[in-house]
Parts: sequence; C-alpha cells; structure tokens
Amino acid sequence: MAKNISRNAIKDSKSDKVLYFVSGTLLLLFTITVIYPLIYIVSCSFSSAHAVNSGRVVLLPVDFSLTGYEAVFNYKRVLTGYGNTIFYTVFGTVLNLIITLMTAYPLAMPGFQFKKGYSFLFTFTMFFSGGLVPAYLLNSSLGLVNSPWVMLIPGMLSVYNMIVTRTFIQNSIPVELLEASQIDGCSWFGYFFKIVLPLSKAVIAVITLYYAVGHWNAYFNAMIYLNDRHLHPLQLVLREILVENSIEALDVATEDAQASLAELLKYALIIVSTVPILCVYPFVQKYFMKGVMIGSVKG
Amino acid sequence: MHVKKHAFVKNFKRCWQLHLFMLLGVAYILIFAYYPMAGVQIAFKDYTPAGGIWGSPWVGLKHFNKYFNSMYFERTVFNTLRISIYSIVVGFPLPIIFALMLNLMRNQKLKKFIQTVTYIPHFISVVVLVGMMMQLFSPVVGLYGSLYRIFTDGVYPPDIYSKSHAFIHIYVWSGVWQELGWGSIIYLAALSGVSPELHEAAMIDGASRWKRVWHVDLPAILPTVAIMLIMRSGSVMSVGFEKTYLMQNGMNLSVSEVITTYVYKQGLGKGVRGFSFGSAVGLFNSVVNFAMLVLVNTVTKKLSDGNSGLF
Repeated sequence: MAKNISRNAIKDSKSDKVLYFVSGTLLLLFTITVIYPLIYIVSCSFSSAHAVNSGRVVLLPVDFSLTGYEAVFNYKRVLTGYGNTIFYTVFGTVLNLIITLMTAYPLAMPGFQFKKGYSFLFTFTMFFSGGLVPAYLLNSSLGLVNSPWVMLIPGMLSVYNMIVTRTFIQNSIPVELLEASQIDGCSWFGYFFKIVLPLSKAVIAVITLYYAVGHWNAYFNAMIYLNDRHLHPLQLVLREILVENSIEALDVATEDAQASLAELLKYALIIVSTVPILCVYPFVQKYFMKGVMIGSVKG
Repeated sequence: MHVKKHAFVKNFKRCWQLHLFMLLGVAYILIFAYYPMAGVQIAFKDYTPAGGIWGSPWVGLKHFNKYFNSMYFERTVFNTLRISIYSIVVGFPLPIIFALMLNLMRNQKLKKFIQTVTYIPHFISVVVLVGMMMQLFSPVVGLYGSLYRIFTDGVYPPDIYSKSHAFIHIYVWSGVWQELGWGSIIYLAALSGVSPELHEAAMIDGASRWKRVWHVDLPAILPTVAIMLIMRSGSVMSVGFEKTYLMQNGMNLSVSEVITTYVYKQGLGKGVRGFSFGSAVGLFNSVVNFAMLVLVNTVTKKLSDGNSGLF
C-alpha cells in the first residue's frame, strides 16, 4: 500500500511534513468548530438556570442540575408532540419502505415492459412540480387538511430514494439468480420475497434512515396543514419554543424565574429532540458511504 | 402489425405481476405529482372557490405581469440569486478540499473520529439548527455572549443575529457547518477508488505528496466534481424554503425574502385571493429552474462529447 511505503520505506520530505501538518491542523480546527457548539449545548442543558442566564457556562456544566430536563418532561405540549412525531415517523417510514421497494423492484428487472416509460414518469417529477398552491388545493380537496394522514400520504414516495433502491437491486443482485429461479418456476412475487428482499438489506438500511430522519425533522407540511394543536409534531412545538420564543407558563413562582427557566428549557429541549436520531446513527454509519455512492450513479 | 400485438400480449402475460407491483407507485405519482401540474393552470386564471381549478375564468398573463411589475420581483430574484451563488461559491469547493485533506490523514483512528463528528450536524433538523443559532448568538445567555465577555472584561456584545447584513453570512456558514462533512462522503468514496499503483509510480518519479494531490487525487475525483456541479448549478434559482423562513425576522426581511418564501406568503397566507398569484410566481420559479438544468446539462454534454451529462 502507498500509505505504508510513504511511512516506512521513504522518509517524509520536509515539504510533505508541512503538508500533513497543515491539513491535519485544519481538519482538527474544523472538527472542533463542529463539536464545540454541540458540547456547549449539552453542558448548558445540564447546568442550573442561573448559570445559563448569567452566561457562566463555557465548556462544562456549571452547578450541575436536571431542572431543564424536568421542565421539558413536565411540558405537556412537548410530550404530545413527541408522541405524534414517533407515530408519524414509524408509520410514515413503513409506508415509504413498502411503496419504494414495490416500485423499485420491477424497474430493476431486465426486460420489464414499458420500463423506460415508467422511469420517465417518475424521474420527470424530480425536475418539475406543480408547486405549492396546486398541491395545497389537491390535499384540501382530498380532505387531508387537519388530518394526521397529511403527514403520511403526500410524501409517501421519494423518487430519489426509489432510484437509489432500483440501482442497488440492478447492480448487486446477479441476473443468474433470476434466470435460475425462473427455471425453477418461481413467480415474480416469489422472486421479490425470497431473493430480492433478503439481498437488499444494505439499501433498505440506508433508505430507512433517510426516510425516518426526514419524518422526524419535517415541519413544513405540518405547519401548512395541521391547525389542530393536538396533532402537531415535535418540530412545530420546537419552532414555537425555540424560534418564536413563545413558551407556556412553567411551574415557577415569579416572572423572572419563568424567563430564566425558559432559556434552560430550550437547551434541554434541543437535546431531547435530537438524541433519538443520534442513537440510530452508529448502527447505520457503516452504510453511509455505500448509500451515497449508489445514489450518485446516474440512472 | 398482428405479430407485434401478439408479442405485446405475450410480454404482458409474462410481466403482469410486475405491473401489479407498480400500481401503487404509479397511482401515487399521478395523483400527487401530475395532478398538481395540471392544477398549475390557475396561474393563468382568477381562482374562485366556486369555479375551482377547472371552472375559474381565464385571465392570461395577468398574475405574471403583476409579479414582474412589482418591487418584489427584483427583490426576491436578487435575494435568491445572491444567497444561492454565495452558497455555491463557498459550499461547493469546501467539501472537495475537506475530502482531499481527510485522504491525507494517515492516522486511521483520528480520521474515523473526524468523520463521525462532522457527519452529525447533517441529521439536526432545520428548526433545531435555527433554534441553536438563536441561542448560541444570544449576547446574554449564549456562547457568543459568554466568550465575548471573557475577552472584553464583561462588556456585552452587539446583537449580530438579528442584524440584516449578517443574515446571509449566518445562513451560508451555518450551512457549511451542517453539511461540510456529509458533502465530502461522495468525494471520499471516489478517492478510495484511486489505485495505489498510481501513487507508487508517482513516488518513484519523485513526486511529493502535494504533487500527488494535484496530479493523482484531484484528477481521480474530477468526474464526480463535474456531475455534482451540474446538479448544483441547475438549482441556482432555488433557495430552500425551510431554513430561510425560520431565519426571517422583521429586520432582515429586505435581504431574506426569496422566491420560495414569497410564494408561500402570497399563495397561502392570503386565503383564496392569493392562490392564483402564488401559483404564477411558483410556476415562474419552476420554469426557470427547469430551463437552467436543461441548459447546463446540454452545455456539459457538448463540452464532454456526450460523456458526462445527467440525462
């Protein structure tokens, strides 16, 4: 390997050393820039309201306390939002996976009738759309306004993810398997369930992550279509608290205490709302490179 | 003719199960992507609830003229282009440089650590990102305020977050913070395909590591760079709604109002009255974007003799 040679056989020249040093330093600086705000937020969330409001937190928690998290878990609207988001994410993702796999599979089969026509039908929508208002008119005529279905149905299929899946099936499952199973009298249904699904685990992992993160982080459709506050997903609640700074009365005596607890609540809320995604992250990390690579192959 | 028909039927018999698989997807795309495209005709009509999409009276280009002649036309187009071009100029080369530098890293554990950390922000939602920035940039309770006071002996800093001239910088650089690591994955993947023999040969010829970055690594990822650049430049006229809308406030509206946010406010913010006008502005944007993509794609195809177009 080139790397071993440059380390063992040939000594680094002076210019090489400078290059390695400069690029390593820049990388570390950027990594610190990424991680420092994140650590800061975690630290704030574990500090006392007073420490946060007087700006005494710089790196580590000051006056360690769980008051912020207590406030979050006592905040009714956050809990409802959390529950709703879990519901939308789980059911939305399952629906996404079913329709994505069902659509990608035939398009990956050699000699499928009208394959080109079907493909064009889907790809074209990536480059052109009717726009916001016609979509709104459609969804309201379908009765989706103020209905939880609006979080599941209109985004049921991402054409991009479908193409990623199709490309994966096309390139990683050998045609010989198809021929062999057809000689054995396997139907297209049988081939899908017995061969294609079990061999597509990697791509299923990737698109599950994409879809689930998408549902977890989505706020736009909810903002437009859901007026009923009981249906609001977490992101809308977050927007209200973090961005619009409108916070319901907390369980404290004075107005000052309310204002100072509110700041602490925000930090804890950022953590509580982001942690679930970061928990899934290590499990799918090994698939990232693969997923992005398949996606970049032109269809 | 007869033979052809026969072949068609035979082929259909072979494939009917596959067509059945497509049913749900096709129904979805027809209803949720193509039907709204037909609905775009209200951009040329005066939408009334009674008439609906199909029955409202035609008014030609009335809504387009209204948009082109309003002060918002210039403002929204200018802001959109300004944000988008700034984002491309900063946000496009940085992931490439980042990937090249990561590729130089010889300590594999440290490399893995840097990757793991820098991918994290990609998964943070826009709402949380904007909320985080509002907290961090707060002169009183945020990181910015705390650090500023340490270095100035307790003086409170100016509130930069809500200043209009800071908007674009915060918008673009927070994007870099969030997407730099993730954006570099695709180039790293391309770099991992570079054959070690090329490096060995270059080293025998006495090429320094720097020379090898220029003459081995960079050419290896150039095709990927080209494709990414086409895709990016096709969306020059679109600035994402979600982050912009969340970052807007009364003070920065003159620089932060872009086409997408304007469409939302005009189209859905004014009830039925705004439907047609909002659709017209939205259609204008879609058409420009589509034309840009086709144009850039054609040019690249010509330049590369048909080798590296998108479609």
